[in-house]
Amino acid sequence: MDQLLTDYLPLAVFIGVSLAFMGILMLAPFLVAVKNPDPEKVSAYECGFNAFDDARMKFDVRFYLVAILFIIFDLEVAFLFPWAVVFKDIGVYGFWSMMLFLGVLTVGFIYEWRKGALEWD
Amino acid sequence: MLTAVFFYLFAVLAIGSATMVIVARNPVHAVLFLILTFFNAAGLFILLGAEFLAMLLVIVYVGAVAVLFLFVVMMLDVDFAELRAGFINNAPIGLIVAGIVLIELVALFVTGAAGGLPASIPVPAPGVETLTNTEQIGRVLYTKYVYFFQAAGLVLLVAMIGAIVLTLRHRDGVKRQSIAAQNARTPATGLEVIKVPSGGSVFPASEGPR
Repeated sequence: MDQLLTDYLPLAVFIGVSLAFMGILMLAPFLVAVKNPDPEKVSAYECGFNAFDDARMKFDVRFYLVAILFIIFDLEVAFLFPWAVVFKDIGVYGFWSMMLFLGVLTVGFIYEWRKGALEWD
Repeated sequence: MLTAVFFYLFAVLAIGSATMVIVARNPVHAVLFLILTFFNAAGLFILLGAEFLAMLLVIVYVGAVAVLFLFVVMMLDVDFAELRAGFINNAPIGLIVAGIVLIELVALFVTGAAGGLPASIPVPAPGVETLTNTEQIGRVLYTKYVYFFQAAGLVLLVAMIGAIVLTLRHRDGVKRQSIAAQNARTPATGLEVIKVPSGGSVFPASEGPR
């Protein structure tokens, strides 16, 4: 247990250093950069003409389906990690158990392909 | 000692960012604080020795579920000021639910049920302590608990089909590209030579008179 946590100590140091560096980079412009604002300089620049509308517009609902399908295959891959780690220990039974799992999800993949869920329109 | 420092760091950050999730005025900021909560929960899992769960939390929850939440927040163009006005109306119900959970937790700790482990808890097999967390899961998940594993696959299949059935709407009249049909096209099928009589007019057979 303690050995495990000692292994993660470099990671904590790394995160700490990167947080400190990020803070320096974010604060430095406020301290050293020249500030001489002007209404034209701080306005949104859109290739020479005025901005059409707000950038915070509604997303298309079809992105949602893509995200859900992504989550499902993400979980499928998450199941593959421990399987790959112990691949030599669990034998033929474990191998075919995973093949059946992948086969079931391949059925779903074929379904979504044939349904056209991967196409935009 | 160092473990305790990190535990309190992760625990305080997790509770603080979880509070910010419900306090933040901007819903997008709330989702970002939710991601910070997930990261701190992953840190707590690592302190418990559950590396695989920590990795899953980062990959699945931060990588996928939080993105889904962001999509929902950005898709629903709801009036958040109006939603917040309903907060007072719903507060009694929320307080009742929170009170019940609090009473249950207090009862659990007062009776000592959460204090010590019961005697009937299964003892890990000898030698299993030397394995990593991921190996321990992998050794039983695909063989001993194969039915649960396959059930998880079926749940994912149902989720996939359900998402497609519920949200997929094809618009009519959209011209799609058929690469196979394009590649199968030859000069013989794509070209038609028509003899036009002088003074007359002829329409291609594929189009007909307009």
